[in-house]
Amino acid sequence: MLAGVGESGAGTSPAAVELTGVGKVFAGRSGEVAALAGIDLTVVVGEFVTLIGPSGCGKSTLLRLVADLTEPTAGTLRVNGKSPRQARLDQDYGIAFQQAGLMDWRSVARNIELPLELRGWDRRRRRQRAVELLELVGLPEFADHRPSELSGGMQQRVAIARALAAGPRLLLMDEPFGALDEMTRERLQAELARICRETEASVVFVTHSIPEAVYLSDRVVVMSARPGRVTRTVDVELGERTEEIRGAPEFFAKVTEVREALRGRRGAGSVAEGAQR
Amino acid sequence: MTGRVARVAAPLAVGAAVLAGWEWFVTARRIRPYLLPKPSAIWRQITLNASDILDAATVTGSNALAGLVAGSVLGILAALVASRFGLVNELLIPLAAAVNAMPIIALAPIFNNMFSTTSTVPRRLIVTVVVFFPLFVNVLRGLTQVAPIHRELMHSYAASGWAFARKVRLPNALPFLFTGLRLAASLAVIAAVVAEYFGGVQKGLGTRITSAASNTAYPRAWAYVAAACALGLVFYLAATLLERLATPWRARP
Repeated sequence: MLAGVGESGAGTSPAAVELTGVGKVFAGRSGEVAALAGIDLTVVVGEFVTLIGPSGCGKSTLLRLVADLTEPTAGTLRVNGKSPRQARLDQDYGIAFQQAGLMDWRSVARNIELPLELRGWDRRRRRQRAVELLELVGLPEFADHRPSELSGGMQQRVAIARALAAGPRLLLMDEPFGALDEMTRERLQAELARICRETEASVVFVTHSIPEAVYLSDRVVVMSARPGRVTRTVDVELGERTEEIRGAPEFFAKVTEVREALRGRRGAGSVAEGAQR
Repeated sequence: MTGRVARVAAPLAVGAAVLAGWEWFVTARRIRPYLLPKPSAIWRQITLNASDILDAATVTGSNALAGLVAGSVLGILAALVASRFGLVNELLIPLAAAVNAMPIIALAPIFNNMFSTTSTVPRRLIVTVVVFFPLFVNVLRGLTQVAPIHRELMHSYAASGWAFARKVRLPNALPFLFTGLRLAASLAVIAAVVAEYFGGVQKGLGTRITSAASNTAYPRAWAYVAAACALGLVFYLAATLLERLATPWRARP
């Protein structure tokens, strides 16, 4: 127990993300829509948690709540032990969306540098960091290219590099590989798994894809729609992620488990619980 | 490479064909010169009056340029203010639409009376008014139509309003600005020429066109019209060149 301050025992170090009784109601024209209800979720430091569920189950909304891009109507959220707003102001997290959202008027490297510019890093340090990150995402020779010269997969890698730029302890990713073809997608998944191992960041990841969720996660959180709630969580203990693991029986077993949870077979208990309310 | 040649050669070929057809038509049908002079007659007038045409074009060109710069600056400033304050936005847009709907013909005699007859200010003012609107509307659109993802990213970076303006809003508005400028460049020359039709200083292409026409020197009037046409083209090309230099990231056809 002589470890550094960062690991001074599970009791004192705050969870990366902690949600208690979180709900979100959108006021629409045709009345109120409950996007999320009664969400309890804890992501411990260094954990990779994936939110999976049908469209409209509020998984993206949940991520946006953590990012302080929208506010909850019920419950409390803590991000690194702070309010989401404070965590955002402190830039505790890096974020990536389904669209890369690169800025056309900046070179690839300058896109990665953007969050660093806003934090007041000087030019040399910024460029050095951008070069490092381009190395990490496998695009070292594209620093001075325009984003429009890159393929969709390459743009998404740049977006991930940008999310990692300031070395955040928490990564929030909203279907970052959703618009990519299957081959690119699997390659980027492997890269993300490696990057997460190297950076030791905690990750909250939203996806539609069951194999993607199982491959990447320590824990898969299965959600159901209207209102969005957590029906089940599946612990995935597959050890180091390699390409071989995609063909392993334990991988398929987990995929099946998540699929059944999504279909609600073993989530019957919580469906009943939902009906009682 | 062949594409580039075709892009220059095709309009030139069409232009030459039109001129040849025009020449033939006037000769064959014996059209009277005061109705439509031959291109060759117009060309003769261009070469005969070359130095005066150049002087007149310089006068009109500087009026157009001064008005273009003033109108652009005002349009951009108004767009910046409007995008910053929602209320001003709502007030300015109908006002700008009203300014745009105003015919410059109505303004020219009034502006001329407001200043001495030797002043170039009224003409420049007219150009300014004409240029203002396309710049204002386009820049405002560019400043407000920021991609939602860029908005959210900057929010997630806890960027200040100023940083957001400088790093996202302004570069986002640049292509829009140049769309407005390209439009305004041609309009500025038209406005500068037309403004001269309503008296004032006896200099410039518009003045020369009216005086040649009133002396029934139609081929000469046409020579000055051709010069006005060339001046408009110069302005348009300059705006396009500026656009390419300022927004190198945009894909070109």
